[in-house]
Amino acid sequence: MTTAFTPTPSGAHVRAVHDPFHGDLLEISMGPHHPSTHGVFRMMVTLDGENVVKLKPVFGYLHRNHEKLGENTSYLGSMPYTDRLDYFCSMTNNWAYALAVEKLAGQPVPERAEYLRVILAELTRLLNHTCLAGFLLQDTGASGTPLMYAFREREKILDLFEALSGSRMMCNYQRFGGCRIDATPAWLAAVRGIVDGYGAFLDEYEELITGNEILLARTQNVGVLSPALAVSAGITGPMLRAAGVDYDLRKVDGYGLYPRFDFRVPLGAHGDTYDRYMVRMLEMRESIGILRQALAAIPDGPIMDPKAKIRGFRPKPGEAYGRIEGPKGEIGFYLISDGTPNPYRYRVRPPSLINLTVLEDLCLGHTLADAVIILGSIDIVLGEVDR
Amino acid sequence: MSPAVWFGEVGASLLAMDWTPAIASKLAPTVFPTGQTESAFAERLPLLLRDAVTGSLPEPWRWLANSLIAIVAIIVIFASLFALLTLAERKILGRVQNRPGPNRTGWGGILQPLADGIKMLTKEDIVPAAADRLLHFLAPVVLLALSIVTFAVIPYGRHLVPVELDAAVLYFFAAGAATELAIFMAGWASRNKYSLLAAMRALAQLISYELPLLLAFVPVVMLAGSLATTGIVAAQGGWLGGVLPHWHVLTPPGFAGFVIFMIAALAESNRSPFDLPEAESELIAGHLTEYSGFKYALFFMAEYLGMCALSGMAVTLFLGGWHAPLAALEFIPSYVWFAVKLLALLLGFIWIRATFPRLRIDQLTRLAWKFLVPLALINLLTGGFWVLTTHWTGGMLVVRWAIALVLVVGPFLALGRQFQARYAPRTYRYA
Repeated sequence: MTTAFTPTPSGAHVRAVHDPFHGDLLEISMGPHHPSTHGVFRMMVTLDGENVVKLKPVFGYLHRNHEKLGENTSYLGSMPYTDRLDYFCSMTNNWAYALAVEKLAGQPVPERAEYLRVILAELTRLLNHTCLAGFLLQDTGASGTPLMYAFREREKILDLFEALSGSRMMCNYQRFGGCRIDATPAWLAAVRGIVDGYGAFLDEYEELITGNEILLARTQNVGVLSPALAVSAGITGPMLRAAGVDYDLRKVDGYGLYPRFDFRVPLGAHGDTYDRYMVRMLEMRESIGILRQALAAIPDGPIMDPKAKIRGFRPKPGEAYGRIEGPKGEIGFYLISDGTPNPYRYRVRPPSLINLTVLEDLCLGHTLADAVIILGSIDIVLGEVDR
Repeated sequence: MSPAVWFGEVGASLLAMDWTPAIASKLAPTVFPTGQTESAFAERLPLLLRDAVTGSLPEPWRWLANSLIAIVAIIVIFASLFALLTLAERKILGRVQNRPGPNRTGWGGILQPLADGIKMLTKEDIVPAAADRLLHFLAPVVLLALSIVTFAVIPYGRHLVPVELDAAVLYFFAAGAATELAIFMAGWASRNKYSLLAAMRALAQLISYELPLLLAFVPVVMLAGSLATTGIVAAQGGWLGGVLPHWHVLTPPGFAGFVIFMIAALAESNRSPFDLPEAESELIAGHLTEYSGFKYALFFMAEYLGMCALSGMAVTLFLGGWHAPLAALEFIPSYVWFAVKLLALLLGFIWIRATFPRLRIDQLTRLAWKFLVPLALINLLTGGFWVLTTHWTGGMLVVRWAIALVLVVGPFLALGRQFQARYAPRTYRYA
């Protein structure tokens, strides 16, 4: 009989038993076709009864050579590809890439365009966190009701994106030195209407489900991420802040116009699944505040720097890293230019992938049902994980 | 040997009794206190229809024909109720979730169950190569058969009891408990890891929730003094001042029993939030993963029939069976009242499904063993107290209610605290 107690980095003790009484461990391949792996993700889970003793993430089913494509495409040509990274957040992906190229080329951005970027980024944050709240509750087995409530609001924001950029999800909106299309006063009024109604939606949603005893029992003390592990694994975004680490690029870098806006950064104290859910709910309320301030202050003016070069864009040799606080964490693009129309090196820092690396540490010692909601609370999009 | 040795004194007296008047009284026209004789026709309509069919048969065969008609009626009525229930569930879930639900087939989607049925019947029946073919085939059949036999003892109306058993309640729960074994069979025979996990969960759930389910109705048996469903319904007849029915749910032990019974019934019928054996987001479809086509439809039907049967039993035990809620409403036939109460409980099942997340398996069993079983055991005490104090009147009636309410509410609050202390909403700090 061999009994091994394996301490994991998160502190969970996992018992792995092989003997005639307990029998063998059960190995399950969850995915790539599974209802709650959020796409073509696969978890090789080893179970002792219902308890996870080993979890091996397998991904790459959606790999499409994103970074190599970037090296063989012009700078502008990569912009629509960034939409496909995290297809919930094309606006923030665009912004991070535009920021990297603008740093590389020393390209200024007009004030109205900066305001539009902030507005679109915060709308994206609302969109992403709303979807996450819906999907996470779907994973806990709430039969679709929270998901449908979340999707009702998501559709409103997607309609705004479609009205502005012509596409619901693949927006391809940002350009180096500004934005592609100016927002009309009617569009801004529509944003104002939706932002004003969003608080009521969040109140309704939280009233309906956040205090539910089953939800509390399912999520509290499940998948605890310690601040030390979070920092050493490079976790960013709401997941890091749920672990209690105060790190928000909007405050740290102060990119764009964020220093002008008054907002707070909510922090969790336990780092469990409930904190990851609640931090996102609270972030949405802060986003509403930022949107209100931005909509009140947005100036008239050009949306594109008149000196910006669209055709024949060849930045001087050099390198740049542009990063922003995406809804899922730090989304960054690292570019090396050799003076040709194509980047010499094009590298994405995908928050989904890096946040996913701690999945096994969070799941060990918990049950299969917990593994599903822990994965849901990490908030991954396979388009970004696999690239 | 004399009958007294075999059956005891009571049994012998029962055997010696002339049963003809008892049976005859059932067939005699019902006389209502207010003299509404026209309602008696509606009340007896099912019996008249039956007699019109079987009346011409020779006497020795009539009982067989009557039984067959009862079987056919139960299967036809509840199979159509199943079809309507799937549609109602999808429609109600849809409305709860801000969407219309199925509305493409027929008028407002009314033909959707028919379309589903055609689809299920015409799909290929796939049996995995590694499966135990016999058990894989038997599981849905056994499950459905056991679900249907439970319908035999439910009194659907004043004259509508398919089988009158003295221990009808025990029969019902014995047959109901065996359905979980069929789920285990399905999970085991599929030779699929998800199905196996589902089978494991189903057994854990069965063992945990069978106990509170059985303990919850014992106070009712004590109050009614009978294990026969007809006796339990008869004990709930009459009204206090014509408005307050003598339903068991309106007594403290009956109310506590009803709540425990309904929670356990949710778990027994594998409905949300206790739908762990087929937890979609974890186990894909649980024990149904390797089933397709007609077998899948049978599983689905058995789940809904089990839900109907448990609701019907809850109506019988706690909600007065086929008795009308008000004396003034007694002119409506008894089977209509039964149907109304049954549908109300089924609506509750659907509503709960639309509302709650799912529990984890350890929380599910903890809820059963640490909360429902102790509460049900204490409820036995409450039931005993309530039975012993039936003769208390006047001021003592207030004392009786006060003691019984303390016995019901006190343990609920005391036991509930252990769950509340563990999980609570949190407040968050800002950087």
